[in-house]
Amino acid sequence: MTTTDPYAGERPKLTAFYPRAKELNIRDAWQVWNGYKFAECYYDGEYEYFCVRNTCGTYDICPMQKYKIKGRDAEAMLNRMVTRDVKKIGLNRVAYCVWCTDEGRMIDDGTIFKIADDNFMLTCGSPCTAWLRKAAFGFDDVTVTDVTDDIAALALQGPTSCATLKKMGLDGIDTAKPFDIQFFPFHGETLMVSRTGFTGDLGYELWIPTKLAIQMWDELYTAGEDYGIQPFGETATNMTRLEAGFIMPAMEFNEALRTVNLNHDQTPFELSLGWLVDFDKPHFSGRAALLEEKKRGPKYTLTKLDIEGNKPAEESYIYNDKRCKGKEVGYVTSAMWSPAVKANIALAMIKTEHLDDDLWAEIYYAKELRQYSRVARCTRKTKPFWTPPRARATPPADY
Amino acid sequence: MSHYDAIVIGAGHNGLTNAAYLAKAGLNVVVLEKNEYIGGAAVTRELHEGWHYSNCSYVCSMMRQAIHRDLDLARHGLILVPYLGTINFGDGDARLISYHDEEAAHLELKRHSPHDADAMHRFQTDLTRYSQLIRKTLMRTPPEPTSFRPRDIMEMLWLAKKFWDLGEKEIYEYVRFFTMSAAEYLEDYFENDLIMAAMASPGIIGTALGVYSPGSSYILLHHVMGDVDGSIGAWGLARGGMGAISKSIASAAQEFGAEIRTDSGVQQVLVKNGKASGVVLENGDEITARIVVSNLDAKRTFTRIMDKNDLPDGIYDKAKNFKIRGSSGKVNIALSGMPKFTEVPDNKYVNRGGQTFSGSLETMERAYDCWKRGTWSDNPFIESVIPSAWDPTVAPAGQHWMSNFVQYCPPELADGPWTPEKRDAFGESVISKIERYSPGFRDLIVHMEVRTPHDIENEIGLTEGNIFQGELTIDQLFFNRPFPGYGQYRMPVKNMYMCGSSTHPGGGVSAVCGANAAREILIDLRKPNTVPEDDFYDE
Repeated sequence: MTTTDPYAGERPKLTAFYPRAKELNIRDAWQVWNGYKFAECYYDGEYEYFCVRNTCGTYDICPMQKYKIKGRDAEAMLNRMVTRDVKKIGLNRVAYCVWCTDEGRMIDDGTIFKIADDNFMLTCGSPCTAWLRKAAFGFDDVTVTDVTDDIAALALQGPTSCATLKKMGLDGIDTAKPFDIQFFPFHGETLMVSRTGFTGDLGYELWIPTKLAIQMWDELYTAGEDYGIQPFGETATNMTRLEAGFIMPAMEFNEALRTVNLNHDQTPFELSLGWLVDFDKPHFSGRAALLEEKKRGPKYTLTKLDIEGNKPAEESYIYNDKRCKGKEVGYVTSAMWSPAVKANIALAMIKTEHLDDDLWAEIYYAKELRQYSRVARCTRKTKPFWTPPRARATPPADY
Repeated sequence: MSHYDAIVIGAGHNGLTNAAYLAKAGLNVVVLEKNEYIGGAAVTRELHEGWHYSNCSYVCSMMRQAIHRDLDLARHGLILVPYLGTINFGDGDARLISYHDEEAAHLELKRHSPHDADAMHRFQTDLTRYSQLIRKTLMRTPPEPTSFRPRDIMEMLWLAKKFWDLGEKEIYEYVRFFTMSAAEYLEDYFENDLIMAAMASPGIIGTALGVYSPGSSYILLHHVMGDVDGSIGAWGLARGGMGAISKSIASAAQEFGAEIRTDSGVQQVLVKNGKASGVVLENGDEITARIVVSNLDAKRTFTRIMDKNDLPDGIYDKAKNFKIRGSSGKVNIALSGMPKFTEVPDNKYVNRGGQTFSGSLETMERAYDCWKRGTWSDNPFIESVIPSAWDPTVAPAGQHWMSNFVQYCPPELADGPWTPEKRDAFGESVISKIERYSPGFRDLIVHMEVRTPHDIENEIGLTEGNIFQGELTIDQLFFNRPFPGYGQYRMPVKNMYMCGSSTHPGGGVSAVCGANAAREILIDLRKPNTVPEDDFYDE
């Protein structure tokens, strides 16, 4: 007798690595991302965070959206869509990009992989099939294929990641520079490895046809056993990306196409991503609006803050007077105590005109059900909170 | 002959911290270290190729975050990694596993005693309350109780208020707690012997007391009041070994302009007209300075590198009688693989963190009896950690090193001086105990370093090999540390200070003694304070 699951339509989909991830997720701590079950943590978020900073960890990025963009016009199409100059991306290189509406509001961020002159891969956090179709309008020779389910992707991040890949037999991986792509034969297929990641540390992302996902996981975990390999989930990812100063959708920015109130989305300039906007290249979506914003200056500026004390300034308002009496000049988007840096760090949207003011965060926290508040001085930081030399060195030093 | 604003004697982590803060205030500082390497007891040494032992101190929880942050030690290469999962080994097959997850930890206790599992909540709560108060005093200079200076009076009032806020019952409890034995204190809460043994073990570490000796309950508290990123009671490993702590502080000190000289043992502190004026090195060189800071223990400072005639009456005797009894040895073992322990699940989160071979309260007390008789125990208490399971930098991949802190081990034996043969026999007592719980352990050994209190004293200059630079008993704590009347880092000779663990708040890799001493020195020199205030999670 076959039984059908009446709730099948509501259950999250499982990623290619789920059979292994399930065994290792001792806490049964799952969330859903783009319809896929993915881990909040496996054992303990902070423990996993330390694996990324001390040994190495894997993060299942199967739920991330992946699109193959092919054809003679692929480059021109992408170049019209994103704000960065796609022409400047070298062969077998990856570039971080954002794309905007005509109003210059940010739709999403992602990475573009240039695999051949007419072959690109675009990855991003949210599905964007509809936007890609619009972006391809008017180009003759371009095809966009959603390959999210065809390619299993696993991030391997942390100081021992290179040693683990070498042990796995990926000869020459240590010559890969940040944002390089390398290819390795793997059981009759090709394993693509990019030196990319979302943790600000030494790290790689592995891209493999889905049917070989488990095989790759097993070989990676065998190689990594002596290098402290450990799966990590969303909690650790969020900690490491904040230390690296990277933005997160639904934290730092609200996707423009999902924003009801037109003041609630952001421009790349507001997110301190002006360096990604290239006005020297041909027309791209949002160019005119962004040019104007650049002249006028963004209303808000995403700012890195080092905050006194150790109470994370989650959801805090920022003021420019210590008594927090006047009108707020900004708000915190992400905040945490950084165990590696030993600092109370945050990203905050500050009204640009107040950037140079004295900044104070009004922090609320609870102890044994009692609510307390505290006002803490904020210091602006220009560099990422966490930038170990190994993240940039080629070949990376032996952990 | 060279001249400095300040000479710091001893490049242990407190000496380096002191130098960093003095240099930060603009002083011209030199740190003089007798060994060819810096770090004192917070040191990493490659004694066998590929293996980097933290061959003295081995874990860390007291390191004040405020100092870590203020000196920007992360930028200077320091990262502290918490480790998980200590297993307490009972006398037979009994094992108590400290699971990281609270619910799992509760269930584990329940398997041993449902009563104790519940009692643990009350115990942890009470202990946390006690430690909160002590923690607040760490980065403050103890007041002189008989002084009428406004600062001391204010500090006494502050302290009185903190005590008063506890409430009448708690004040009595607190005083009781300070003077009780760890075992008696625990009997108030628990019934299970293994649980009590596990909880009592921090009460004897580094101290020539047994679990039934009065005063051991405070030492228990001293070991659990630390934290790693606000997780109070947690212990961390310094990535790269404990030497990474000293190295990072040294790097910060050097950035502020401090000079560090190794192979520069101090022979004698020079005193002129009742004021310290410099030092003479073992090689005969003379260095002068406005002030001299000793990071050596109190006994060593006043009986070894100072002339008795330069000291006020009574100080020499106080120093001679300073309680700094050596009680522990250290066995560092390089292993070709991860040891497997019997009756322990193959759970990587718990079977490779710490191993505490505590046995029972009785076992620990019997081991103490051996110490009293002037011998080591053939059934010692051992606190082990396998740092290489957490830190990829300290042993070759797939191989390991195990730190074994062994108690008790006397600095002097009843049957004559320590010899290499006796040292080997002491090491053998440790291996054979571990082998009982991990058959085949012996075959994994690649290299080992056995350190008796005698060796520790000779190598890094801790008198009697006492890891705390003086025992942490109430007669030697707070304003009585190291001696009554000298609890504020200023020594009996003018322009002379102390900054080591012989001063408040005592032993542990906390960097507090060095920082507190710097604050006092800067007051005397009328320089702006460079030492940060403490930063609390529990406020």
